[in-house]
Amino acid sequence: MKTLPQLLQQNLIRDPDRIALHMLDTDSRQPISHKALMLGASGYCQALLAAGIRKGDVVIIILQHGLDLIYAFWGSILLGAVPSIMPFLTEKLSPETYRKSLTSLISVTNPAAIITYPAFMPEVQQAVRSTAGVGTLLSSDQITPINEIYPESLPGLACSPSDLAFLQHSSGTTGLQKGVALSHQAVIHQIESYAKAIRMTSADAVVSWLPLYHDMGLIAGFVMPILLRSPLVLMSPFDWVRAPYKLMQAVSDYRGTLSWLPNFAYNFCAQKIRERHLEGIDLSSWRAVINCSEPMRWQSHQMFLERFEPYGLRPSALATCYAMAENVFAVTQGGMDAPVTVDEIDASALQSGRAVVNGGNHRSVQMLSAGRPIENTELRVLTEGRRDAPERQIGEIAIRSNCMLTGYYNRQDLTEEAFFEGWYLTGDLGYLAGGELYVTGRKKEIIIVGGKNIYPQDLEELAGEVPGVHPGRVVAFGVFNPDLGTEDVGIVAESDRSEPEARHQIATQIRDHVTQNSDVAVRHVEAVDREWLLKTSSGKIARNANRDKFLRMRFPEPKLESES
Amino acid sequence: MIDQIIAFITTEIIKNPTRHISEDQSLISSGLIDSFGLVDLALFVEDTFGVRIEDVELTSSVFDTAAELAQLISKRLPDSGS
Repeated sequence: MKTLPQLLQQNLIRDPDRIALHMLDTDSRQPISHKALMLGASGYCQALLAAGIRKGDVVIIILQHGLDLIYAFWGSILLGAVPSIMPFLTEKLSPETYRKSLTSLISVTNPAAIITYPAFMPEVQQAVRSTAGVGTLLSSDQITPINEIYPESLPGLACSPSDLAFLQHSSGTTGLQKGVALSHQAVIHQIESYAKAIRMTSADAVVSWLPLYHDMGLIAGFVMPILLRSPLVLMSPFDWVRAPYKLMQAVSDYRGTLSWLPNFAYNFCAQKIRERHLEGIDLSSWRAVINCSEPMRWQSHQMFLERFEPYGLRPSALATCYAMAENVFAVTQGGMDAPVTVDEIDASALQSGRAVVNGGNHRSVQMLSAGRPIENTELRVLTEGRRDAPERQIGEIAIRSNCMLTGYYNRQDLTEEAFFEGWYLTGDLGYLAGGELYVTGRKKEIIIVGGKNIYPQDLEELAGEVPGVHPGRVVAFGVFNPDLGTEDVGIVAESDRSEPEARHQIATQIRDHVTQNSDVAVRHVEAVDREWLLKTSSGKIARNANRDKFLRMRFPEPKLESES
Repeated sequence: MIDQIIAFITTEIIKNPTRHISEDQSLISSGLIDSFGLVDLALFVEDTFGVRIEDVELTSSVFDTAAELAQLISKRLPDSGS
């Protein structure tokens, strides 16, 4: 069993001039060879070593999408340190909130070093001051690629497979306290099994605009192609969201074969690209466009296919995947050997926890299969009593594999809670039919917006800060929006103010305050009377029940949220 | 023109038609229009006024308010300056 630094080294020896990645910036395209990648990363490795960072130390990287970020990540790996990529401050996010997030990340991970831009250093210093234990702050402008590589100066080459390779976090105060710690062997096992499932080789070319702080972007859109020597075409998520046609252009120009997209991106690309930006585009090289990381919709696939089939997109390219950082990435894969299975089931039976094939004239839901487990990953669907659910009965998805997380970093408590008799409880709901997995919803209370996991408690805390809102009497939830292909965030807050004007004002303030202090924009806000919110028998505010109550109030017609 | 822009933002982007937005209120840096809404805004401007806003211009350093956007559009209208 090898480790990540050894694989990088091996790639260098095999073919140093082979292109590892094409970095697409707003107005430039830069090819980076495996040798250039190693030299750039070694520069970071040397700088970290000089700063006293050692094997096993956590290094937090706060850099924007670009070469510095890439070199800093691999440089930490070459040292045998444990990098964690923290999302960079966005324009809308208030600096105070960002500082708070950073503080919560630092307090759990106790990083030995933080790497950032000189201009961002004061911001980081403020966050660091309120916590203890950060060793060094490193400025990215002080670090340059080196000219020659000496293997003896790369301590990471001596890592053992069970050592930690990196940490992966989801966003927000809650997510940043829950770092998924992954070992070298877990990452390599995942890549071996997943590459087999999608038959990925060095002849593939991956095109990605996904952020590197997210498992899909980090593993499928970064680590895997680089280690497998498949050229990676990488663009910034900020560029893509302003110009989604750039994905199609990159696939066409570089003969891209593989991409991963969250469901909303299918709708977004199908709806927001101008015809003139598709002139001359040829998508026939795309052999798999893999839908992953939020609920997958048949309608989104149809929309995407209709729009891009005239440009060469093959219907067989549409694929699906169920993945999570706790398994490094993929759990199942669908649509590779045969088209993705569509299971047409009875919508009302689904409400009661069963996936019944729709034989009659009932309203139906088209479920997209997430496919079958990848090699060395086992999957079960458990009933409330934690027994195996029969075929087509909805229950909690549990997994066991050779690529599981080592644990939530420094959170032994959370790690223990997450497992049941050696099985990782995903918190997702689904059913099995014909050996394939269908994901129907979530037991855990999490909102997924555009593929990004958002913890409702973070949003509720923010809404509670608005004057006129009763702190603790707020609920945040996700509402699926079929036009966007993802969830909208809804917030309901209790208030003593009953005048419509005052309520309207409170709602606006909640919307603005939460939007500026979180990673999402809030869509639905409602200020309601005291005692409006439903509680569970133990006195907790029931998020799903309140979401349903809100939907009945907002959409009195039976606009049933049958899906997740 | 400013009214048309604001009406589009309140009804189509933030889906809150009763909300009052002033012409000098920041739209992008405040997060009022999120990154997904920016493309909608650019498509709307092109379809309504026949003026292109390039994707690299969809940032608060180019325009951040309805008034600034209207000014940008006016400068690019074919009969501008006449």
